[in-house]
Amino acid sequence: MKKILILSTALCAVAGVARADLTVMSWGGAYGEAQTEAYVKPFMAATGKPTVMVDSENPAPAIKAMVEAGNVTVDVASVEYADAIRLCDEGVLEPIDVASLPAGADGTPAADDFLPGAVTECGVSTDIWSNVFAYDSTKFPEGPKTAADFFDLTKFPGKRGLKKGAKATLELALLGDGVPAADVYKVLSTPEGVDRAFAKLDTIKKDVVWWEAGSQAPQLLADGEVAMTTAYNGRIFAAAINEGKPFQIVWDGQIYENEMFVIPKGAPNAADALEFVKYATSTEGLRAQATFISYGPARKSALKEKLMFKDGKTEMGPHLPTAPENMKNALETSSDFWVDHDSELNERFQAWLTK
Amino acid sequence: MAEAATTLLTTSDGRPLKAALATAQARAKRRAFLLVLPLLLFVLLTFLIPIGYMLKRSFEHDGFSASAPGLSAWFAQNPGFDPANPPEEAYAALVSDLALMQKEKTTGMAGTRINYTVPGTISLFKAGARAAKDLQPPYKDALLAVDPEWGMPRLWRAMEAASSPYTTEFYQVATDRKLGDDGWGRGADQDRIYLFLFFKTFLVSGAITLICLLLAFPVAHLLAVLPMSKSSLLMILVLLPFWTSLLVRTTAWIALLQEQGIVNDLLVWMGLLSNDNRLQAMYNMTGTIVAMTHVLLPFMILPLYSVMRVIPPSYARAARSLGATSWTTFRRIYVPQTLPGIAAGSLLVFILAVGYYITPALVGGADGQLISNLISFHMAKSNWSLAAALAAMLLAAILVLYWLYDRLIGIDRLKLG
Repeated sequence: MKKILILSTALCAVAGVARADLTVMSWGGAYGEAQTEAYVKPFMAATGKPTVMVDSENPAPAIKAMVEAGNVTVDVASVEYADAIRLCDEGVLEPIDVASLPAGADGTPAADDFLPGAVTECGVSTDIWSNVFAYDSTKFPEGPKTAADFFDLTKFPGKRGLKKGAKATLELALLGDGVPAADVYKVLSTPEGVDRAFAKLDTIKKDVVWWEAGSQAPQLLADGEVAMTTAYNGRIFAAAINEGKPFQIVWDGQIYENEMFVIPKGAPNAADALEFVKYATSTEGLRAQATFISYGPARKSALKEKLMFKDGKTEMGPHLPTAPENMKNALETSSDFWVDHDSELNERFQAWLTK
Repeated sequence: MAEAATTLLTTSDGRPLKAALATAQARAKRRAFLLVLPLLLFVLLTFLIPIGYMLKRSFEHDGFSASAPGLSAWFAQNPGFDPANPPEEAYAALVSDLALMQKEKTTGMAGTRINYTVPGTISLFKAGARAAKDLQPPYKDALLAVDPEWGMPRLWRAMEAASSPYTTEFYQVATDRKLGDDGWGRGADQDRIYLFLFFKTFLVSGAITLICLLLAFPVAHLLAVLPMSKSSLLMILVLLPFWTSLLVRTTAWIALLQEQGIVNDLLVWMGLLSNDNRLQAMYNMTGTIVAMTHVLLPFMILPLYSVMRVIPPSYARAARSLGATSWTTFRRIYVPQTLPGIAAGSLLVFILAVGYYITPALVGGADGQLISNLISFHMAKSNWSLAAALAAMLLAAILVLYWLYDRLIGIDRLKLG
């Protein structure tokens, strides 16, 4: 009897998902949770439309597969910036008119209110996240300050954690080699520049622990496996604030990008999906999101007033990638560069790894 | 007598017995077929069709041919053109196709397709398509003024190859070849990766299979000879990890073996290692082999056990009583009887190991990557055709091994439990 009950409940749950009016697909984890709390629940409360959040390892290939198969079950998806552009070019996404987005809380039209590049033909930024590096402040009382310090094994001995992939790693190598942020992609576009980046990585290769999932980075740091590691800034923030870990972020040489909400072509509830995107990317929506995780809102109007973390005592401002003092030597990921060179450089990166 | 032999045997209603038997058998066969039909349909729907679809993907991609009809037609009419210096009509066709792509929003499809073989062309196509409608003849000079890269011979070679939806290009890429200005050639050493990884994957899988066999053999033997009450307990110990989530087990190995992990802490505490000299047993090939061996061990133990359980102990006793040493008995009497189990377990473990990707991804570090990690990478990056080509090569390699196995050991000797 108990089994039947469990089974029927599970079936109801599945049926419930199938009937839900609006389906949002995101990355799960702390990030998906923040989006659920900040967008999905309030949107449901405000409009009465049943909305569900589903997790994916990476929503971009998932929605591409759905659109190609002609069986789209997702209405809104959270994808990386380069994917939002690429999928749009491939005709997989619905265009979103920037003029239809709500004006900022201060009345600025959306087109002027969003930071440059935060609204593309098919996507609207939900937040700005960043690849930073962090260290354990109990290990280095006088901690590293610059991207060059990440590669300095004599001044800061110990292992390094790095993301196993070319994107953001090659940029960090060039930043660490003294290339100014403004020139990184110019250098990286030349074969000599790529060689230079790999040569810089060669200097620390034997001391690197490579991580793949976002949660691994803070774990490596917590276990003492590495002295410093690159990570998504929100993960380090969560470990430091929620769990009280002595982690310190170095913002010099941060590599940031927008995360985008997109609507796949043929979404079953396209009209509601647009309403959801408008709601989520309004000044209030973006501010709400930033109270749950340290990813910055991409609207000027959302950054005007102080943001507080959900614990009520941590001010978010200095923890956001967009804070002026964090932006001093910051690099915005070039989506143009990576849509062109992702495969090529990752193949070379993998070949370099195994040598 | 001869006449009696040729007289047909008939059933009581006068039908020839042979025909009646055949009808009855056909009916039984049909009924049996109906019984397996659901499974057959299931296999067809969930296995054969997706695999066929994957194989199709590996040599079909219409991203360019569908979005550039004019240029594709021109290529079809001018098979022997010079890629180093395409004529004005080719450029004219290209410009009109670029304008069409801008209108139909297919720039990304075309650019992505060409970008597989000539990196850097997605943005080239985007910029070209944006500019196309304002270009004036002569189109060659106009387009080269937008970006001189439009004159690259390898770009024209790539577009010619992509003008048909069917291509072997993905297999070329999957065998470490690169498209240059003079056509396909060997890739630069720094970029060569796939063949090496295939080789490494098979080597590592072979090593894991061997280690599994060495570890599983005594355990399975113990399971088979112990009295039921004790062997059930042992069996649970074997099955418990089998039932535990793969991720949990992999993470447990990380906690055990990492540099600041339990094993290293213990060795340092016992004074066997100095603190600066801790073992590197995680995030490298050692970690991959240890974790994968553990994960796959039950797949070796279970077939071995099922074979060993039914080997009569009297054979070994007979050999001993006839004067064989215990080593000879083991080697000539016991092991040959366990061969079907060894064969089945090895095949299972090897094939599972070849396709593994979560464990190497988590504990593999720099040199613990296997080919499936790259297949998954290309899946995530939506280069499905290359992923399909790599997967098809992996499948082909496994089929060859299976054939070899059948020739050497015989598939009918397989016993899975």
